Amino acid sequence: MTGLGSTPSQTVGPFLSIGMTWEGGEYVVPDGAPDAFWIHGRLLDGAGDAVPDGVIETWQADRSGAFGHALTPLGSAVENVENVGGFGGFGRSLTGPDGQYGVHTVKPGRVDDGHGGFQAPHLDVSVLARGLLHRVITRIYFADEVEGNAADPVLSALPDDHARSTLIAQLDGHGGYALDIWLQGVAETVFFTV
Amino acid sequence: MSKSRLSGVARLPHYRPDPAGTHPPLLSPDYASTQLRAPLKAPVDLPQRLTEVTGPVLGDGLVRPGDADLTRGYAEEPAGQRIIVSGRLLDSDGRTIPHNLVEIWQANAAGRYRHDRDNWPAPLDPNFDGMGRTLTDAEGRYSFTTVKPGAYPWRNHHNAWRPAHIHFSLFGRSFTQRLVTQMYFPDDPLFGQDPIFNSVPESARQRMIANLSLADTRPDWALAFRFDIVLRGSVATPLESEG
Repeated sequence: MTGLGSTPSQTVGPFLSIGMTWEGGEYVVPDGAPDAFWIHGRLLDGAGDAVPDGVIETWQADRSGAFGHALTPLGSAVENVENVGGFGGFGRSLTGPDGQYGVHTVKPGRVDDGHGGFQAPHLDVSVLARGLLHRVITRIYFADEVEGNAADPVLSALPDDHARSTLIAQLDGHGGYALDIWLQGVAETVFFTV
Repeated sequence: MSKSRLSGVARLPHYRPDPAGTHPPLLSPDYASTQLRAPLKAPVDLPQRLTEVTGPVLGDGLVRPGDADLTRGYAEEPAGQRIIVSGRLLDSDGRTIPHNLVEIWQANAAGRYRHDRDNWPAPLDPNFDGMGRTLTDAEGRYSFTTVKPGAYPWRNHHNAWRPAHIHFSLFGRSFTQRLVTQMYFPDDPLFGQDPIFNSVPESARQRMIANLSLADTRPDWALAFRFDIVLRGSVATPLESEG
């Protein structure tokens, strides 16, 4: 069935900012958008040191749970005109000298789980950095979605609350959310294969 | 409600995993920076649902006219060997991926990046920033004009040198297909001592090496290299919520 071998992954290297800097890339929604907030944190290595040469990319549904993408399995992705106001849903934040990332967005709606139920509001996240030979994938959930998180099929499949806690952003007291991403160590974030 | 929005879509794609032996292991000790950055716990399988089989539609505002020609935009042409790098963006079933963002970045002909943290004593080129962007055309083709990057030393091990390479960033149709890689040049004598190139299983390394393409060469102007990029393939599966 598979005809061609996939191209192997390689690290973004230390100089990713040359090619991956987008003006306003961290703005999934613009300043002043209703209900917008920052979701932020640090990217950390196994020694607890900041990773200053990484990039966090986020992908999410809009407030109603619709994606800015119409499913076209055999063609290219095309814009979904039915979602809210041309919402794109993609964010990119290059980490700073202190490993800090931040994405300005809105909370997505619940998303169909494919089995007649719903997934809790979440962002899919790609982490790339010098020293990562391929991206690693995680999710960000929201601490104030207690009922939704309890019923979420992905969170529910994790072994324990410690694992779940690595994916749940906490209220930061300033109207936003905070979550550190640990590549290694006792607090290592749960990463996924898709 | 999400279901109603999908009423016109009969099937959700499912992206097949790449076979073992395609990608490098995250922990590759010869590449020293992996030792504190590679996650050590086994990853958890995330079944593909809507978030994973959709992806961003990128292009508007990100690609400006001229972004595919790295030799333009400054007062003069950059120093070095002018080259054309072109190819197709495909999936592993051979389907082309049209209208898709391709981002590249690279060192100049002397092997120096225009970056604050690259300070080895090779000259910067005032006529070269090393950044390119384009969208694939309706047949999934892309083309960049640039200069051949130089090799450069790095601190991974004693007398370590990176083979000449160009960084490529690809999105494909869905979150599952995201790929960042490096394109290398044929017959580079530095391959043998490079732990990043050699982190990839041997049988797949050749896929990262471009081919000289006399057919694409512009006579009396530029040599050309061909580099096709292959992302994960997909199969369409019935929407379970329809069943």
